Amino acid sequence: MKNRNLNIRLKSILICSGLCAGLMGLITNCNPDETQNVTNFNTISMQDEFDIDGAPNPAIWTYDIGTGNNGWGNAELQYYTDRPENVVVENGMLKITAIQEDFEGSGYTSARLLTQGLFEQKYGRFEARMKLPYGKGMWPAFWLLGANIDEISWPFCGEIDVMENGGSKPTIVSGAVHGPGYSAGNAIVKEYEFTDSRVDSEFHVYGIEWGPRYINYYVDDVLYNQITPEDVTGDWVFDNGPFFMIINLAVGGVFDGNPNENTVFPQTMYVDYVRVYSAD
Amino acid sequence: MKNKNLKYSIILPLVGLISIVMISCERGFSDDVDLATFPTNGDIYIDDPVGLTDEFFTSFDPATGANTNGFGTDNNEVYEGSSSIRIDVPAPDDPNGGYIGGIFKDRGEGRDLSGYDALTFWAKASTSATIEVGFGSDFIEDKYAVGVSDLVLSTAWKKYIIPIPDPSKLVQERGLFLFAAGTQSTNGASYSFWIDELRFESLGTLGQPRPRILGGQDQTAQANIDTSVPLIGLTYTANLPDGQDITVSAAPSYFDYETSNPFVASVNDLGIVTVDGPGQGGDNTAVITASIGGISAEGSLTIEAVDIDVISIFSDVFANVPVDNYNGFYEPFQTTLGGAVNENGNNIIDYTMLNFVAIEFYGRDGSDVDPIDATDMTHLHIEFRVNETVDASDYINMELHNNFTLPNGISGSFQILGTELLSNEWVEFDIPLSSFNGLTSRDAIGMMLFVTDNNIANLSIDNIYFYAEN
Repeated sequence: MKNRNLNIRLKSILICSGLCAGLMGLITNCNPDETQNVTNFNTISMQDEFDIDGAPNPAIWTYDIGTGNNGWGNAELQYYTDRPENVVVENGMLKITAIQEDFEGSGYTSARLLTQGLFEQKYGRFEARMKLPYGKGMWPAFWLLGANIDEISWPFCGEIDVMENGGSKPTIVSGAVHGPGYSAGNAIVKEYEFTDSRVDSEFHVYGIEWGPRYINYYVDDVLYNQITPEDVTGDWVFDNGPFFMIINLAVGGVFDGNPNENTVFPQTMYVDYVRVYSAD
Repeated sequence: MKNKNLKYSIILPLVGLISIVMISCERGFSDDVDLATFPTNGDIYIDDPVGLTDEFFTSFDPATGANTNGFGTDNNEVYEGSSSIRIDVPAPDDPNGGYIGGIFKDRGEGRDLSGYDALTFWAKASTSATIEVGFGSDFIEDKYAVGVSDLVLSTAWKKYIIPIPDPSKLVQERGLFLFAAGTQSTNGASYSFWIDELRFESLGTLGQPRPRILGGQDQTAQANIDTSVPLIGLTYTANLPDGQDITVSAAPSYFDYETSNPFVASVNDLGIVTVDGPGQGGDNTAVITASIGGISAEGSLTIEAVDIDVISIFSDVFANVPVDNYNGFYEPFQTTLGGAVNENGNNIIDYTMLNFVAIEFYGRDGSDVDPIDATDMTHLHIEFRVNETVDASDYINMELHNNFTLPNGISGSFQILGTELLSNEWVEFDIPLSSFNGLTSRDAIGMMLFVTDNNIANLSIDNIYFYAEN
């Protein structure tokens, strides 16, 4: 459904481009090869529909465990585990649950799943259908990191944030890129605001279409941003190699601040599916 | 019930018409037959009143102090368009009335608001002030009344959102808006506020619906067969698009109710629980729960059908006898603060800095309060919640005083140990009156004393009553 819509839009762009090119040809007779470069991502290269109850498929997903360095670099409060209390597949969904509990010196537990070393891809459409928790300090995210991170380190590997949400803003998500010269507080970021829905009341599809020299950001069937090398304040590091995916639910930290007395625990981030498409 | 009557009154003439058509030309039902629906317009006041009664604003009864002079419109101070509603809130000593408030009613038979999820408006005030707003009040039934009693206005225009707990109930609503404002929040200083773009909207950006009964608490109560008790503390909380929660009071008719044991208790659509019988097979309890639109409400009432005579001092279930106070404030030795409070819809007694405290009911300072004749009573029921850590060495020494302050006064005492109490949880006690050592007569009990000597400084008390099983 989603892809069909996208294809329709892309086709209309193509048609428009063709018409424009034709007119241009009539008027100026310029080179007709200079049409817009559009890539279609129609071939499924990875999908997890979360149909089998239990632990997530170990052939696709691995975990970050613990608190990282300074709360994964963001002063996050949770201790990540792979316990079923924090991460489980049930009723056709991946459920990542943040719990308020004393655990290994942390006040909260949650989970962070990665495809590092298991599924990595350069370019394509990456999308997840998700329903998110709410309340201050909830920080769910769906994002990509350059697979060469262990060799050249962050932010040189590049980071593509498909979707981040601060729980205190239930109608706002954002997409971003981080790279050398434009990381952390200087990331290239744009928000998308739901005008008649919320992240915690309904499932929405959060996706990117990533190709040579561009990343397009989608919520459902709305294209709300395109980031190209002209937009970043440093080297474009997104044409160099494959990236892996991360899905996590952080608690507290720099993005939305720490939970307050109204933040509800436990709370769950629901992921209906993760799908990745590559070019034809 | 009322809805049905109104619907039939419209359906019947229609059916009559259709019958004539069918008889005369033997045609089938027309596709145009649309049974008893009402206008769906959500607008109330944009730049003019929309479809309201001719008087536009129906004031609360001036006999209650409502000022009918301060209501009008304003063509200068608007959020959008050409006009807003302006309300001048009077000072308490205004001879025309010390507060202002009333409702806006639909001029027709009501509107179908089931397609909306909130009442919204823009408002500002000449100074920061707290007002009450709502909808669903028509001064007749108020069946689906919703209210917010502490809406804070600022001096800048701001959009306010009042959620509808269950829009599907509002198929014919006449009560479109309610407001009430005094000067409690401005230290008696009069002020003005403006309302603009007042309408029902379908926002889609409200989330996390949380209905509650009894303030969201699980409460227990004993009640006699054939008596009734209303469910109180009915609220509905939603999360607004800015991430903030808002809680509104919600009329009982928004809720659907359920009893776990129909042989013991039933509950009607007005939230009145009636104890119907002693139960079967020795099970004399029923759990009353509720929901709104299929979402379970937090809170429940576990009701135990009993057959007892009761003299109640403090309870939400039984009629209470009058008392002088719930804190006698004996200076200079008493440190205890607090008294009766409403905790999320549940009335309790809440003490802090407790060393000792008395509940008095003997006619202090010449009051009309009579002491209690508990001669025919056998037990005292009382519930304690210690709002701090409980140590085993803690205690509550209770005393009952008969003929308090009189020369022939006597008293009896009973000790509750820390090992019998729980931290932050209610614990029920049914104490035989014969266990109050020294209480040789109880025909004029006028004072109940609690002594903790500060070992327990924070204590809540609820459901205090004398009773005897029949």
